[in-house]
Amino acid sequence: MAEPATMFDKIWSQHVIETRADGATLLHIDRHLVHDGSGNAFRMLKQRNLALRRPDRTFATPDHYVSTLGRDLSAINEPSRRAMVEDLEANARANGVTLFGLKDRRQGIVHVVGPEQGLSQPGMIMVCGDSHTATHGAVGALAFGIGASEVAHVLATQALWQQKAKNMRVTVDGVLAPGVHAKDIILAIIAKISAAGGSGHVIEYAGSTIRTLSIEGRLTICNMSIEAGARAGMVAPDDTTFAYLNGRPYAPKGADWEQALAGWRRLPSDQEAQFDREAHLDAGEIAPMVTWGTSPEAAAPISGAVPDPAAAPDAARRQAMESSLAYMGLTPGSPLSQIAINRVFIGSCTNSRIEDLRLAAKVADGRQAVVPTMVVPGSGLVKAQAEAEGLDVIFRRAGFEWREPGCSMCVGMNGDLVAPGDRCASTSNRNFVGRQGKGARTHLLSPAMAAAAAVTGKLTDVRQLLRP
Amino acid sequence: MEPFKPLAAVAVPLPVPNVDTDQIIPARFLWRKRGDGWGHLLFHDLRFDDAGSPRPQFVLNRAEYRGARILVADRNFACGSSREHAVWALYDYGMRAVIASSFGDIFFNNCLQNGLLPVQLPAETVEALLAALQHSPGAQLGIDLEAQQVSAPAGDSHAFEIDPFRKQCLLAGTDEVSFTLGLANQIESFEEAYERQVSWL
Repeated sequence: MAEPATMFDKIWSQHVIETRADGATLLHIDRHLVHDGSGNAFRMLKQRNLALRRPDRTFATPDHYVSTLGRDLSAINEPSRRAMVEDLEANARANGVTLFGLKDRRQGIVHVVGPEQGLSQPGMIMVCGDSHTATHGAVGALAFGIGASEVAHVLATQALWQQKAKNMRVTVDGVLAPGVHAKDIILAIIAKISAAGGSGHVIEYAGSTIRTLSIEGRLTICNMSIEAGARAGMVAPDDTTFAYLNGRPYAPKGADWEQALAGWRRLPSDQEAQFDREAHLDAGEIAPMVTWGTSPEAAAPISGAVPDPAAAPDAARRQAMESSLAYMGLTPGSPLSQIAINRVFIGSCTNSRIEDLRLAAKVADGRQAVVPTMVVPGSGLVKAQAEAEGLDVIFRRAGFEWREPGCSMCVGMNGDLVAPGDRCASTSNRNFVGRQGKGARTHLLSPAMAAAAAVTGKLTDVRQLLRP
Repeated sequence: MEPFKPLAAVAVPLPVPNVDTDQIIPARFLWRKRGDGWGHLLFHDLRFDDAGSPRPQFVLNRAEYRGARILVADRNFACGSSREHAVWALYDYGMRAVIASSFGDIFFNNCLQNGLLPVQLPAETVEALLAALQHSPGAQLGIDLEAQQVSAPAGDSHAFEIDPFRKQCLLAGTDEVSFTLGLANQIESFEEAYERQVSWL
């Protein structure tokens, strides 16, 4: 009988082309997603005069450099940025790659588009030249980010050399309180295990709380696995996954669907499978979270206070905390719920899906933004769905800006920047120094919490704004 | 990729945990091409003030560290974004090795693709190296990849682990794409068998 295996073990072994005596393994890649930051990799391919091996397994959409003000290429008013989008379109055309271009309603943030189109499926290995590729693990895929050279390698060979990571399981059990969402879970996990807590591991998120989450919620959690240092994050596929995928454009159909389903049902980790590391959280103890520092691990419940570096366990940590608080302009001991903010960003591959927008709209409904607030849907299809539900009207009435899809202010590469010294409540994934713009200060939080901050002008416990 | 040769060079201490790739190379420069040169942009916003003048306190701007080819960093170095530009900036600046107790996973792989050696050592060893380098600014470290040894200023040496395949590639300066293309038959026969099982792909 076969050894008990984790889901990661199973997916890994199904993709091994060759294992060398020294342990290096060449893995087959099912899907390769490329975006407007992939230009250097295409140039590497061209310089070597190599063909793209599997255009049928490669999908492209521009997201990092696109304007959120219009779908015309001319809306990108900076030539160097416009060239990145043009370059992707030219590379896709020249290599026969399917492109969801600017004028296509399917265009969007690559990690929103993949699951939405059914390109991301259980049991697959997926890669993309972007660190948030772990997002796709939410449907039971092994998905991880790679750099430009490895992108070029996959373009040329549809394969990648890997050393196998270790198995880690993070179990979340119990019932979430009202006003607490997937983003709060992942921030609580990172705060608990640290920004390097998953180093060298692939994390499987398990437990009753994860099981009851929608695919959107699971996507948010897997998305930030890299923020815990993990190579990838994944959730076992179940009926929620199958219902989500069934009927999507690239999902298998008819007899293929039945055949796929049979394989997908065998993917979850065996009961007796061993994990190298385990962590547990009680969902009932998770409160709405916000970050106060410049690493995603610097997260705390909104009811808390800015921590005191004097209480740090060692000098190095004290120093890191001090410089982080100096950058953030925060005083130890001050309540998090009294921090005034200058602007709000609702979007990014972490939180720009329809469910995220519904949560934000619920809080915004009938209220008024008191600081500039921007809502950037994750894809053209998310935008259309939100408009069909009237969410755009709620946002506009509340004074929120309703924009076109893209990565936008999460990383500011398209020019959507937070001004130096300004403080942004953001549903994105990174609060690094200068991430949203030089000198910008970022507080990470959920879409519901972001909307609450927008209508109060400060970090606010969204539970105080909940209506029956 | 240039083959990795034994190294004896000035080492720069950077005792800050969780240095992310946004610090190593800010996002606003990423539209540039690989061949444009990246060394002058390394740690840009830490290294230069808003007027573009070097910040005298930043370690790379100190005269003692001129010509440095090794960086000694703290835990979780180069976490965050997958931008290979972080490696290009370090490499083009002249760095050939980075020592830390842990690394961002994607950065670690990106290093191996470019001939920049990532050396993982226990946290206590890295702390001791950082202390030694801060105590004697401009001191040199030695790195012998063949022997998997780092030698410190005081004469102590420290063994490190590295995946044998990657070690071999670094020492030989192997072009990984060409190497893998040499396995085209294996790739083809795998794909054939695999696609019989997942015909809908």
